[in-house]
Amino acid sequence: MADVMLLDFWASPFGQRCRIALAEKGVAYEYSEQNLEQKSELLLRSNPVHKKIPVLLHGGRPVCESLIILTYIDEAWPEMMPLLPRDPYARAQARFWANYIDNKIVDCQTRLLTTKGEAQEQAKKDMIGALKTLDSELGDKDYFGGQAFGFVDVAFVTLTPWFYTYEKYGDFSVEEHCPRIVAWAARCRERESVAKALTDPEKVYEIVQEEYGAN
Amino acid sequence: GKMAEPVKLIGTLASPFVHRAAAALRLKGVPYELILEDLQSKSELLLKHNPIHQKVPVVLHGDRAICESLVIMEYIDEAFDGPPLLPTDPYDRATARFWAQFLEQKCSRPFWLAMWLDAGEEQKGFVKEMKENLALLEGQLQGKKFFGGDSIGYLDVAACGSAHWIYAFEEVTGVSLMGENEFPALRRWGKEYTENESVKECLPARVQLVALFSAMKDKYKMITNGMLHQKKNN
Repeated sequence: MADVMLLDFWASPFGQRCRIALAEKGVAYEYSEQNLEQKSELLLRSNPVHKKIPVLLHGGRPVCESLIILTYIDEAWPEMMPLLPRDPYARAQARFWANYIDNKIVDCQTRLLTTKGEAQEQAKKDMIGALKTLDSELGDKDYFGGQAFGFVDVAFVTLTPWFYTYEKYGDFSVEEHCPRIVAWAARCRERESVAKALTDPEKVYEIVQEEYGAN
Repeated sequence: GKMAEPVKLIGTLASPFVHRAAAALRLKGVPYELILEDLQSKSELLLKHNPIHQKVPVVLHGDRAICESLVIMEYIDEAFDGPPLLPTDPYDRATARFWAQFLEQKCSRPFWLAMWLDAGEEQKGFVKEMKENLALLEGQLQGKKFFGGDSIGYLDVAACGSAHWIYAFEEVTGVSLMGENEFPALRRWGKEYTENESVKECLPARVQLVALFSAMKDKYKMITNGMLHQKKNN
C-alpha cells in the first residue's frame, strides 16, 4: 500500500479539496475511486463513524472530514506551500470562514436543490446572502488570505463548479451578485492543481438532476 | 507584544460553548475579563464583533475578535504561551479535531431531540442514537485519564457537555442517557474534568443549570419540535 492514499469519489467537492492540497504540497499519493453505492471494506474500516469520503490514509492511518484533512496535510508537510498563514489571528479567520462555507453554503445548497416553492425561495435568498457575505469578505484581495492561495480558497473553490447548478435551480446570476467571487474563481482555476481537480459545471448539473430529480 | 494585550470574553454563565473558551483561557493561564451578555437583548459589542452569527462566545484580544468556540480554543492555543491544549503530533491533532467536530455534527441534534421530545417511539430512537454516540466517546477514552492522555486538553474541554451539562439535562427531563452502570470511563472522566482546578473556576453549578433548564422547558420543547421538522443536513 502506498504511503499516502486518498479514498475519494470523482465528483466530490470535498474530496477535490484534498486533491488540490496534496498537489499544491507536491505529495505523491495513490488515488482510490470509491463506489458509494457499495462501500468498500477499506472505506468502512477507515471511516466507521461517518462511512464517507474523503479519507486520507497516511502510513495506513485514516484522517476523515475534508477540512480536518486539509489541516492535517498542512501540518504533516509543513515546508511546502503553507495553506494556513502563520499569524494566529489570520489562522482563526481562515478557520472561521472555512466553517462558514461548510455550514452555510452547503446547507443553502442542499435546501436550494431539494426543496420547492416557499422553502426553495428562502433557500435562494439565503444562498445569495451567503455568497454576498463571502464576496464582501474577499473584497479586493486576490485570495481570501490575501496575496497567497490558501486554506479558505481550497475550501471554497471546489464548490464554484456548483454555481451553474445554483443558478439553474434558483434562477439567479451569481456574477450579478458576486462579481469578485466569480473573478476569484477564474483566478484559482489558473492553478494546475485546481484546474485538474474541478468537475465541469455542466457535469455537476447533470449529476444533481440525476440525484435529486430534474429542476 | 500581542500576548500582553487585554483579553475579554463575551458570554453567558450557563453556556457550555462559553465555558470552552473560559476553560481554555484558564488552562493556558491567560487572565481575562468576562463580559456577560443578555441573549434576549444583544449588545452593540456582540453585534459588532460577531455580525455573522450574533452568538456567544466571542473572545476579544486587543482589537481582534475571534468567534466560534472551537476556533477560539485553537486561537488561544496558538496566540499564548502555556501548556499546549492540542497534542503536538499532526495525527493526534487530527484525531482530537475529528471528535470535537463529531460532538457538533452527530450529537447536538439527537441530544436535544432525545431530551425534549415527548416520550414515544421517535424520542426512543434518538435516545438510542445518543447512547451509540456516547459509546463511541467512551471508546476514545480507553482507560486514559483524559482524551489526550494524562493531561487535560482540547478534546476534554470540547466535550465538557458530556462531563457536566448532560447530568443537569437528565435531572430536569428525567431522560437517562448516562445510566448508573453505563459508560464508566465517561463518568470517571467527567469527575476528573469537573474537579480540575482551572475548570472549576468557570463551571456553572449544576443547581444553577437545573434551575435554568427547568425555567426554559416550554421554550426548549418548542425549539425541539421545530428542529425535528427541519430537514437534517447530509
